Amino acid sequence: METFIPESWYSFLPNFVELAYLAAIVLFILGLKRLSSPATARSGNQLASLGMFLGVIVTLLDREIIAFEYILAGVIVGSLLGAAAAKKVEMTKMPELVAVFNGFGGIASALVALGAWFRVTEAALPAADLLIMGLSVLIGAVTFTGSLVAFAKLNGLIKGNAILFPLQNALNQVLLLVALFGIGWLLAQPLEVAPVLLISGISIVLGVLFVIRIGGADMPVVISLLNSLSGIAASFAGFVIDNNLLIVSGALVGAAGLILTDIMCKSMNRKLTSVLFAKFGGSGTAGAGADTGDKSIREVQSTDVAVMTAYAKRVVVVPGYGLAVAQAQHVIREVADLLQKKGVDVRYGIHPVAGRMPGHMNVLLAEANVPYSQLFDMEEINDEFFRTDVVLVIGANDVVNPQAKTNPGSPIYGMPILNVDEAKQVVVFKRSMNTGYAGIENDLFYNENTYMYFGDAKGTLEDLVRSIKEL
Amino acid sequence: MESLIFNLFIFVLACFVGFEVISKVPTTLHTPLMSGANAISGITLVGALAIAGSGSGTTATIIGFLAIVFATINVVGGFMVTDRMLEMFKKKKEDEA
Repeated sequence: METFIPESWYSFLPNFVELAYLAAIVLFILGLKRLSSPATARSGNQLASLGMFLGVIVTLLDREIIAFEYILAGVIVGSLLGAAAAKKVEMTKMPELVAVFNGFGGIASALVALGAWFRVTEAALPAADLLIMGLSVLIGAVTFTGSLVAFAKLNGLIKGNAILFPLQNALNQVLLLVALFGIGWLLAQPLEVAPVLLISGISIVLGVLFVIRIGGADMPVVISLLNSLSGIAASFAGFVIDNNLLIVSGALVGAAGLILTDIMCKSMNRKLTSVLFAKFGGSGTAGAGADTGDKSIREVQSTDVAVMTAYAKRVVVVPGYGLAVAQAQHVIREVADLLQKKGVDVRYGIHPVAGRMPGHMNVLLAEANVPYSQLFDMEEINDEFFRTDVVLVIGANDVVNPQAKTNPGSPIYGMPILNVDEAKQVVVFKRSMNTGYAGIENDLFYNENTYMYFGDAKGTLEDLVRSIKEL
Repeated sequence: MESLIFNLFIFVLACFVGFEVISKVPTTLHTPLMSGANAISGITLVGALAIAGSGSGTTATIIGFLAIVFATINVVGGFMVTDRMLEMFKKKKEDEA
């Protein structure tokens, strides 16, 4: 770099780098602020990426950096892989992609902390740095393997149910203690490589064990939490290399992930501790109560639903993950368009855990060109149901189950739900009478004003489109 | 130790800024928020550059190189996929078939 910059400027360079880092932080914060509205969100993301670009460029100006070949190779390989993944991924697979990216962020931070130790083996790092370094490796590596397990579960590579075995909690706690012992050992013998390897190895195992016991239904919580951890890992790596840009950016991400984790837990009426350490969530055993006795259901066909909806004033669509699985988000938009042409007020009521990660359903509907002004979240839509003529429940189950309000014995009791039973008529699009993720009977299906329309979501919606057109 | 305490100040204050800014993000945008935030956590790339490029031994360079690859995937992929998602959020159905 000497050839580009006059020697006299070098005295100012460290300050310049720090100021540029500050500018990058400001860009990150402004970028995140712009995410508060769909209209400005895209420019916000661009501001944040500009901040990242600035941060990387000024770092390369730093005089400490002398070898560029590995940097260039790494950046090229990473960019190609990242860009390919971003371009190719289907929107239904977004949770998988975010899980993998969380993991990569985590391992990168762990490696930065490790690299800082391997860089200065002749002169020991100060104790405080070693402590943070150990924690950084621990959090980063747990995030990495935990995210890979989350990815495998979401992708169906391993079964989604909680994988449990005896003394699992005890084992996890012992491993965590061993990792912390490794950090203590490192503090005592700062130049020894063994404690570093011990911390790394234990952390890798811990990440797997930590996520493997969490059920598929709780994945939105886990992804949010891993997101938070990837930020905290970056922040701690910043402590190790004394870099404010990393500390602040990592903390911002850590906070974002924690907020989302909290929202997801509340939406599922689960405590974070019970997601992490208890059983329920994906295993369909709890309170399945076979009390179906003499309750009867009313089945309808596409022509019935067409008449119901076409002559309604207001229709609310309640989509669930089943809609996405069936790739039916484009067909439901077609139904909505036809109804709107007939003067029907069509809205979408979206439960916070409708997809496999926070806000997932909104993205899927946006992909199908549903304008975001028609998307309403649970609080907004719940007061509207009693004024609604027809609710179309498509591929959703537990999030519309009145048991959450009426049956204190139910495992989902207390979970906030969409009050679709307040509407004049409800049509449930469903494959069969099978139970949802929580494995609980849904009283909604037996209500007098509920109609069941059986079949694959895409096929039934396509029939509905035809029937509405024929009216 | 002094720098640790100083860094801790920055960390805690940044957490509060994060909570303030992010609690205003609507549910609709939570997925792009997560993938965008995720891209930001790839900032660890800056640390990776310093480690891979400082010429301090083979082990550190290899570790740094791997960190660069992972962090760059995170940064480039994260920002690009977030942009792809946000592009789809439209007010009206103008460019519809």
